[in-house]
Amino acid sequence: MFQGILIAGFGGQGVLSMGQLLAYAGMKENKHVAWIPSYGPEMRGGTANCGVTISDQPISSPVVSEPTVLIAMNRPSLEKFEPAVVPGGLILVNSSLINIKTKRTDVRTVYVPANDLAEELGNGKVANNIILGVLLELTGVVSTDSVLEALKDVLPPKRHNLIPINRDALEKGRELAINER
Amino acid sequence: MAKILMKGNEAIGEGAVRAGCRYFFGYPITPQSELPHYLAKRMPEVGGTYLQSESETAAANMVFGAAGAGARVMTSSSGPGISLMQEGISYIAGAELPCVIVNMIRGGPGLGNIAPAQSDYFQAVKGGGHGDYRLICLAPASVQEIIDLMQDAFDLADKYRNPVMLLADGVLGQMMEPVELGEEKEITVPDRPWAATGRKKGGPKRLINSLYIVPEECEKHNLKLGEKYAIIAREEQRWEEYRLDDAKMVVVAFGTCARICKAAVDSARAEGMAVGLIRPITVWPFPNDVFAGVKETANNFLVVEMNMGQMIEDVRLAVSDARPVHFYGRVGGMLPVARDVLNEIRKLYDGGAAK
Amino acid sequence: MKTVFTRPESLTDMPMHYCPGCTHGIVHRLVAEIIDEMDVYERALGVAPVGCSVFIYNYMDIDMYQAAHGRAPAVATGIKRVLPDRLVFTYQGDGDAAAIGTGELVHAAARGEKITVIFINNAVYAMTGGQMAPTTLLGQKTTTTPFGRDAAANGMPVKVCEMLAPLDGSAYLARVAVNNPKNVLAAKKAIRKAFDVQMSGAGFTMVEVLSACPTNWGLSPLEALKWLEEKMIPYYPLGEYKTPATEVQP
Repeated sequence: MFQGILIAGFGGQGVLSMGQLLAYAGMKENKHVAWIPSYGPEMRGGTANCGVTISDQPISSPVVSEPTVLIAMNRPSLEKFEPAVVPGGLILVNSSLINIKTKRTDVRTVYVPANDLAEELGNGKVANNIILGVLLELTGVVSTDSVLEALKDVLPPKRHNLIPINRDALEKGRELAINER
Repeated sequence: MAKILMKGNEAIGEGAVRAGCRYFFGYPITPQSELPHYLAKRMPEVGGTYLQSESETAAANMVFGAAGAGARVMTSSSGPGISLMQEGISYIAGAELPCVIVNMIRGGPGLGNIAPAQSDYFQAVKGGGHGDYRLICLAPASVQEIIDLMQDAFDLADKYRNPVMLLADGVLGQMMEPVELGEEKEITVPDRPWAATGRKKGGPKRLINSLYIVPEECEKHNLKLGEKYAIIAREEQRWEEYRLDDAKMVVVAFGTCARICKAAVDSARAEGMAVGLIRPITVWPFPNDVFAGVKETANNFLVVEMNMGQMIEDVRLAVSDARPVHFYGRVGGMLPVARDVLNEIRKLYDGGAAK
Repeated sequence: MKTVFTRPESLTDMPMHYCPGCTHGIVHRLVAEIIDEMDVYERALGVAPVGCSVFIYNYMDIDMYQAAHGRAPAVATGIKRVLPDRLVFTYQGDGDAAAIGTGELVHAAARGEKITVIFINNAVYAMTGGQMAPTTLLGQKTTTTPFGRDAAANGMPVKVCEMLAPLDGSAYLARVAVNNPKNVLAAKKAIRKAFDVQMSGAGFTMVEVLSACPTNWGLSPLEALKWLEEKMIPYYPLGEYKTPATEVQP
């Protein structure tokens, strides 16, 4: 098992925390994990991305230059990173904010209206976990239970009241993915 | 104890605190800024001092003062800032003060960029500043190893009264990996009778100094330092061997590069090529000892670095030019990819006979 | 027999290497006398600069540090942060403090670092052979201003006390001279006050000492003292430039 997951979007979309959540969940399953953000001036421009590697082998390079999964939270991220995805890989497109289609024909693309679904749940901020739910269902990279466990580590204690809505968001994503199958 | 996810830069900070370091002086620079961020919070929790200096030049000299006063002290920077610190580091080495300096290497020369690199290898292992001195240089390859090496860094600094440099790159600083912190131990910092803390009446006068104006005395001082460096070179070599048994070809890489090369070595083995890896953990002293045996059995060597070829000179010295030593590198903040390293291995293995 | 004059306990008996008429020796002695009088021999730590007074560590009988050129305030910062109850002073010339070490000096003052800088202003780089200093007067001939310092080419002399006074971190700043007994006594008083203010924790302290360098000025010792009086003091007025809001008890 090896997944190199690139998560990209703009600041405030929970891109970095989604990555950390995945990495924590992988760690709880005793998998090898690494998380690395983009850093420096480009993050001042408002874009953010991070790479998460989850593997049952030790991780050589933590830099995800050839992702098996791309999660594109906004249009510039899709345009920038789409070509890097390995053939046979997976692209999850946040179709609430991205009104174009991918050009790749050798990868699987799933369009997720993450922001709209999040609003339906009553909290636009959980869009990232809706798309994470899709990822979990389609790849099985880690279990939903591990992610829910990991939420306790990633969220500070005073934010643990947000765990139920994040659980709902993950569930919503999974349902959507099941229908995609 | 449970594992936690930690950034490399934060691991350096936590490792330092756990090693008994209570003073940090530094100036912000990417890609190591999470370390000062971490220590600005953490130092007050343990009664320590975090001070943001006006420059790296000042930071190194604050370290000089604090180390001379007997404290476990560290500073941290990246390429351009480390260049500014060289003055202070030379004085620290000359005055034989223990301290730890972190270089989270970025692309150079000049302002270069903030992406990961290993291009400060020469600067680190040859001393870096003016005069004839050495730094003990530790090169971790994972966040866990950072935690483990921080304790060793401070202990080695004290053992030899010598500055120790932790040499890493932006990837190691920025990445998060699971780490086991272990129990926090009570640290006893060794006595420092030489520290200038105020002269007791009738007691010896302590002088923190690197000035030896009389050439005969300066020579004596240099010879004494030389003896110390010889002992370190003999006693403190550290390295990791990976699939080295029966290896006909040996890849040599440190830090992040070594992780990538391990994957290439595995792929090469899977293709039936007998390839192994030597990962220097101390880049000064360079682990010459491991090459003594290997140079008899291996046909050739491939050095992989994130620079134009710096450690390769030490590898050539270590194998006494008895075998060909080849080089593959990426520069300017680019990382080698395991597949490309594998291609190099295929080209060079068995004199290029393999497909 | 009553002893009326003796070497301060904080001064060694090593013969000083300074030129005839140099006033470093006077200032060294003042610092040593004050350390004795304050009874802080075991708590006093000095930082030597690069310059003529680099060997002050041989003359002071206390624990000492020797710093890189200009970096003494940074070194003193490191010392004082580790040993906050010690009396920490630097002893620096005008090249050290006002040229290569301006950054360290200004920021130690800005931080209110609880140290004392003894700043020797003799308007010239003495150890390296009489080159222009930041404090060299207009028209003053040095080996690198052979036709006299020219404002257009070399800029104006730096007034260090005046420069540091606006910084909130500076607690005590004074300019003194050691060209006659009266001024020497005033200098001693100022250094004592700086040390007292430092130990009170009020902030950064500095005493600028106008000092004579007959050798590099090309004057006899007596002429040099006269030159200091007539040329330096008018441009660098003596007095206290900053004092703590509340009076510090010695």
